[in-house]
Amino acid sequence: MKTGRMLLATALVALFAGGAEAQVSVKLGVLNDRSGVYADLSGEGSVIAARMAAEDFKAEEKGIKVEIVSADHQNKPDIGSNIARQWYDQDGVDVILDVPTSSVALAVNQITREKNKIFINSGAAASDLTGKQCSPNTIHWTYDTWALANGTGGAMVKAGGDSWFFLTADYAFGHALERDTIAVVEKSGGKVLGTVRHPFPGSDFSSFLLQAQSSGAKVIGLANAGGDTINSIKQAAEFGITQAGQNLAGLLVFITDVHALGLQTAQGLVLTESFYWDLNDDTRAFAKRFAERNGGKMPTMVHAGVYAGTLHYLKAVEALKDKDPAKVMAKMKEMPTDDPLFGKGQVRADGRKVHDMYLFEVKKPEESKGPWDYYKLIATIPAAEAFRPLEEGECPLVKG
Amino acid sequence: MFELLGIPPQALFGQLLLGLINGSFYAILSLGLAIIFGLLNIINFTHGAQYMMGAFVAWMLLNYAGIGYWWALLIAPLIVGATGIVIDRLFLARLRDLDHLYGLLLTFGLALIIQGLFRNQYGVSGLPYSIPPELAGGRNLGFMFLPNYRGWVVAASLAVCLATWFVIEKTRLGAYLRAATENPTLVQAFGINVPRLITLTYGFGVGLAALAGVLAAPIYSVNPNMGADLIIVVFAVVVIGGMGSILGSIVTGFGLGLIEGLTKVFYPEAAATVIFVVMVLVLLIKPAGLFGRAA
Repeated sequence: MKTGRMLLATALVALFAGGAEAQVSVKLGVLNDRSGVYADLSGEGSVIAARMAAEDFKAEEKGIKVEIVSADHQNKPDIGSNIARQWYDQDGVDVILDVPTSSVALAVNQITREKNKIFINSGAAASDLTGKQCSPNTIHWTYDTWALANGTGGAMVKAGGDSWFFLTADYAFGHALERDTIAVVEKSGGKVLGTVRHPFPGSDFSSFLLQAQSSGAKVIGLANAGGDTINSIKQAAEFGITQAGQNLAGLLVFITDVHALGLQTAQGLVLTESFYWDLNDDTRAFAKRFAERNGGKMPTMVHAGVYAGTLHYLKAVEALKDKDPAKVMAKMKEMPTDDPLFGKGQVRADGRKVHDMYLFEVKKPEESKGPWDYYKLIATIPAAEAFRPLEEGECPLVKG
Repeated sequence: MFELLGIPPQALFGQLLLGLINGSFYAILSLGLAIIFGLLNIINFTHGAQYMMGAFVAWMLLNYAGIGYWWALLIAPLIVGATGIVIDRLFLARLRDLDHLYGLLLTFGLALIIQGLFRNQYGVSGLPYSIPPELAGGRNLGFMFLPNYRGWVVAASLAVCLATWFVIEKTRLGAYLRAATENPTLVQAFGINVPRLITLTYGFGVGLAALAGVLAAPIYSVNPNMGADLIIVVFAVVVIGGMGSILGSIVTGFGLGLIEGLTKVFYPEAAATVIFVVMVLVLLIKPAGLFGRAA
């Protein structure tokens, strides 16, 4: 009798264990700024984007159980590092998504490599993530400082802006963007008349703008983002900088920034992004569903990157039926990417995801048909030219 | 990059003028704080959130009620001052007899709640609020282009600060207030309603913060975090000036604005920390503050 019951129990256990093995369980952590200067361009929207990706992929039906958690790194590397470690060590998180603020991203990049997990970055800009600090565990999805410098910087120089003055956020991102843009300017024969670093985050830029004004540079490059860029542009308008003939180059501008500035102030601004909600039918369809869940606000390219990155990861896990980080990373680099938001693209050996970049100009108030109708497309930079060539990155993973 | 003393005098004057403009915000805010702390012994950490509410109320008046800037200068401080009175009646009145620190904790908690509520509703990127057309544009002073609005900020701030100082130091109402903080029982015995006086004074201090918020709305981004960044600096200003001294906070506010302006020219990376360096030095040499009276 006892043996019989033992056998029955064993059989039942084997049955259920067998059933469980067919399911892969993944835990994704969306780590970003939920309360500070970058909260609008990432924040809760990125969590919504990740959830939408899991739902659209129909993960449950394909045998993948997806759990999504989120946290606020408050733009501080020490807080971001603590959360990353705790997630990896104690909470069983497999993938960290988003992470704007390059200083935090670089820290999480190191930790992910140490713990052999996966980091799909959408929000940060520093091109060092796929350059000197490249890692076999990191994919840099949406954009980077090199692409921005090449896009906006290149366009401004072509339009006659051959002398520059930089207003730079004093941390990793600002330094990287300033460095990459200076390289573009000098390569095209322009000169840099000066740079000034402002504390991050800042609020009053009047004295830095005054220095920029007195330098006489044709272009004032704003190597900052989010709330800092919004304030710089507002205050530049107040000081009559553009009326006096100098041009402002918003090196990193998101649609949420334009929304906050209003078209009256932001019109004419030239910027580079990799996603715009009104670009084509696919992006419009996504944006409509996203906005319903995000209080009517349209997705930024960072949100789009979280969606597309999550989708690509889930596709790799489904193909392998396994979540082993090394195998999944190799699969993600092997499979070409294809999603309704970025179209077709590729993840390179250094972790850089390449896709087309777009040069936009902000519409004048009379040209806009309603809220969020802000951009007109000036040029498309094809993927092959948009990002830093593989050999130039000094990434140790790339041979030669 | 500029070298020390390699800056032409023109650029220097421009930066000093900008520093003065920033100083006027510090002056109004630290004046409100100094009144609340110096006279009422309440460490009001909600001051930054009340500054932010002033800016938001100005925006709301414009967008929901069509009321422009000039009326907002009057109405917003009244509305936010009224909320201040409510806070005092409901919360702060109960902490009068306790250690200062409880007031600090309470107001700090309130600040976080208020900021969180606004952030939930409005996001952090900020709302547009334009400079009133009468003050738009600027004039070229030779050494810099001064936007008219910024000149107006300095003038308004000086006027408000001096008027407040006058009322507190030179009028009978101010005398009652100062007496009430030194010896409330005696003053009450003379028939003056001390609790009401204190509550109204708290409301006035809050109203000053809101006024600074309305002044800031057209030039700084109207966003829920605008007060949080400023409040720490303003507290440093009040500490340097002397916690109870009205004149001290006005003078120190403008003075520190100038020092910060100079730092932005010579070593911009330190612009955020120079005020605290000065605070540490002052506390080491004269702990009661530059104009303060030792307790």
